Amino acid sequence: MSENELKAMLLEGLHQIAPEANPAALHGNQNIRETLDIDSFDFLSFLIALNEKLGVQIPEADYGKLRTLDEMLRYLVAKSAS
Amino acid sequence: MADFVMPSLGADMESATLVKWHVQPGDVVKRGDIIAEVDTDKGIIDVECFQSGVIERLVIEPGAKIPVGALLAVIQGSENSAAVAKPVSVPEVATEAPHVRVTPLAKKIAEELSVDLKLLAGHGTGPGGLIDREDVENAAQTKMAAQPSRGRISPLARRRAAELRVDLRHVQGSGPGGAIESVDIERSTTQAKPGDSMRRAIASAMAKSKREIPHYYLQTRIDMSAKMKWLQAENAKRSIKERLLPIVPILKAITSALRDVPELNGFWIDGQHRVSEEIHLGFAISMKGGGLIAPAIHNVDKKSCDELMADLRDLIPRARKGRLRSSEMTDATITITSLGDLGVESVWGVIYPPQVAIIGLGKIMEQPWAQDGMLGAHPVMNATLAADHRATDGHVGAQFLEALKHHLQTQDAP
Repeated sequence: MSENELKAMLLEGLHQIAPEANPAALHGNQNIRETLDIDSFDFLSFLIALNEKLGVQIPEADYGKLRTLDEMLRYLVAKSAS
Repeated sequence: MADFVMPSLGADMESATLVKWHVQPGDVVKRGDIIAEVDTDKGIIDVECFQSGVIERLVIEPGAKIPVGALLAVIQGSENSAAVAKPVSVPEVATEAPHVRVTPLAKKIAEELSVDLKLLAGHGTGPGGLIDREDVENAAQTKMAAQPSRGRISPLARRRAAELRVDLRHVQGSGPGGAIESVDIERSTTQAKPGDSMRRAIASAMAKSKREIPHYYLQTRIDMSAKMKWLQAENAKRSIKERLLPIVPILKAITSALRDVPELNGFWIDGQHRVSEEIHLGFAISMKGGGLIAPAIHNVDKKSCDELMADLRDLIPRARKGRLRSSEMTDATITITSLGDLGVESVWGVIYPPQVAIIGLGKIMEQPWAQDGMLGAHPVMNATLAADHRATDGHVGAQFLEALKHHLQTQDAP
């Protein structure tokens, strides 16, 4: 999956949990949860959806590496390469 | 035989619109079955049956707006004490209202203004729930506002209002003498925002709380190291789908603390403190785009962490979609509000009547923590309690927060 496809998938997933916000307007370096007002429950749902689509295991200890869109892309690219 | 009446689905509810029946005459129903859907300020609610029996007759047609306490259906019952067994959470359900306590003056005025005193049972604001003159006059005003006299609304407007489900109380008339015309109805539907009725419901419940409940407030800091360590170890063993959120062990600790100090778990009704045997935690959920709702998670003390997490996964999206069950709207025995996700350190709640307490949870933050002469960095959470001073005193509240601290700081699995 290309980085653009991955990004489109992330934005779609964010739209699912925050339909009233506008994930497309999100900057790569903005804190996703703060900007889109996503609570810990929604964030967990989002990660579960990612896990189902990509088959990537995301340990709880790594949640801190997933704060922005750029961080998520970096993390997922590295994960799928390994 | 028993009457099935429109239940009160919250301290702030006056009426609801019947959307559809899930049963027909002749159907066998048991307690807890969903028998109807009603449209309320808080979305569509699935109304559960209070008793087992056979549906004899459906009285109300879908589409009708019905006040709390009005007859919906008649059930040929085998167990017709069910509604009476739960007077605490649904006081308005008592159909015969044997103890309508009313002042003689209020009674006379009620007759003059043709106010049905039965509908006021349990809503009296006088001493011991006594219905007084003011209650009757208020009810008469609400009634008049709800049903403008025939002369003040055009027949077409009335029909459009019913079709578009417009609450006439909130329509400003522009016709002669302030009469409501169909254009006023159309205008009101374009003005009304979706969250408006929920906003009004919250306004009314919270204003009632602050008007009637003398709150007292306490706060404590809790070292969350042990619980967070337990949670991390637990989640490391689990796939992402099975992971627990920190709120799960916290809710378990709250129920343990409520077992130790039960006085905060219950209601203040008719001037009396009624402690609840069962622990149903009302969990405040913010709605996307404004408003909030605090549905009950039933019997939290009897559930495992996994069951509790499954409940939250079921409840939160359902609450946000506006699809709750009537028992979830009425059964909460105490409310929990958590604003930690937004980085708030402490939240001081407003009690949801007729409950007698609300617990506030802040963000779990790394903080300096002195212990045994040593200073370290620990994950710390502020827990607050707002409680009804008519029901308990600060001493009881302090005992509860100490118990909560104890259950959260222990190494044991919740």
